[in-house]
Amino acid sequence: MTDPRLLLLDPSDNAFVAIQTLEAGTTLNLAGQDVTVPQRLTLGHKLAARAIRTGEKILKYRASIGSATRDIALGEHIHLHNMKSDYLPTYTLETGHTFCTSHDHH
Amino acid sequence: MIITENAFLRADGRKGIRNTLVVAYLVECAHHVAREITYPNREQGVHLIGFSGCYPNDYAARMMQALCTHPNVGGVLLLSLGCESFNRSSLAEAVEASGRPVETLVIQQNGGTRKTIEQGRTAVEAILKKMALVPRVPLHMDELIVGTVCGGSDATSGITANPGIGRAFDLLVEQKAGCIFEETGELIGCEDIMCARAATPELAEILRGSVEKAARYYTVLGHGSFAPGNADGGLTTQEEKSMGAYAKSGTSRISGLLKPGDVPPRGGLYLLDVVPDGEVRFGFPNINDNAEIAELIACGSHVILFSTGRGSVVGSAISPVIKVCANPETFRRMTDDMDVDAGRILEGRASLDEVGREILDLSLAVARGAQTKSELLGHQEFVLTYKSFEPIGPACLPN
Repeated sequence: MTDPRLLLLDPSDNAFVAIQTLEAGTTLNLAGQDVTVPQRLTLGHKLAARAIRTGEKILKYRASIGSATRDIALGEHIHLHNMKSDYLPTYTLETGHTFCTSHDHH
Repeated sequence: MIITENAFLRADGRKGIRNTLVVAYLVECAHHVAREITYPNREQGVHLIGFSGCYPNDYAARMMQALCTHPNVGGVLLLSLGCESFNRSSLAEAVEASGRPVETLVIQQNGGTRKTIEQGRTAVEAILKKMALVPRVPLHMDELIVGTVCGGSDATSGITANPGIGRAFDLLVEQKAGCIFEETGELIGCEDIMCARAATPELAEILRGSVEKAARYYTVLGHGSFAPGNADGGLTTQEEKSMGAYAKSGTSRISGLLKPGDVPPRGGLYLLDVVPDGEVRFGFPNINDNAEIAELIACGSHVILFSTGRGSVVGSAISPVIKVCANPETFRRMTDDMDVDAGRILEGRASLDEVGREILDLSLAVARGAQTKSELLGHQEFVLTYKSFEPIGPACLPN
């Protein structure tokens, strides 16, 4: 049984979606295993529904939404740090300042 | 099915759900004067649109003509500085040929700012009087066109608001209304499943080509249709955002592909290709959500369904925007801006079908004259930039 705070959009998916905000320290019971959420996750964020190996596709909506860039444990937060797009790089405020000059980073 | 008995009949036979007077500046240099004319009259349904560029662009000219002759528009006042390259007489002729009252004011010929503002306000009064005489007629379901866009998406968008809009689209298409979804850059990763829904194999290849074009375009530009707020909201990749965005299209057969300014020839579901053709020119295809809304309206959309998770506040000139809020926390924070609380689905307070029905019912109520939240708040955002498109071919609109 899936934890009511999580949603698996399709039985074949390997990523849960949090449907409410999970505070740091929340314990989830996933596949008979207790998993603690280490940092606050707002609703909409993804957690691994099973162990995922580097290079495996991340599946949501019964579709691939990218690939794992490292091994991901059951219940681990899936985001920019452990998966990537198979199409286009993802722009964030931390990584993507295309317009700033190199000395801004020193 | 008759939606309302009170639609506005235009001389070309098209019917509007609003009777807007459009004040259009034809270069940025006429923007201030146009705004000064519009502002005191905005409660009377006077909206401001315009094109900032001084240099000619076929796409912008086509967009301006499509918008000035939109069924929700009853009359037009054009504001020219005088030395810009926009072809003001050809636009004025097209508006006149459509049976609408139109006046053109050229600031350099009128003695400058103050005199033009005075003349413009007088012209608005005269045009509004003529517009009040427009015949009122029944609007049938197969005459309604609804567009959809998402903006400020988060990971709830693809679970609640977008599939909710998809359900509403399915119900509308069943009743022969025209429905338009767009942003081919937000369909990257969905090509295969989307193309399987095309009316013909030729159209399937056209749809696939439009997404491949978007992927090429965005690759050259360095990133996709993905803003930092999307990642904060739990979305990680373009294709994840795409799958969520794609849900807005529902499950109907796809009847055709449009480009900005093309009006659906009959009811059904259409993809609007918003990424320019040819080499990468003029920068980003859509510099913000408002550019996409303007294009959906140029394709004849009477109403826009806008899905948001992070919380967009925008409305639009010409066609009302219904805000469908995906995230229940955002809805509680920004209730004044939101029309539909689709996030109820996440909290077990509504089903997807119920939200879909609510979106449909609200769309019809807005077509009958009910004001959306963004209309009540006075939002009339508008932007139009440079682009270039090849015309669509016959395979884009199979029978």
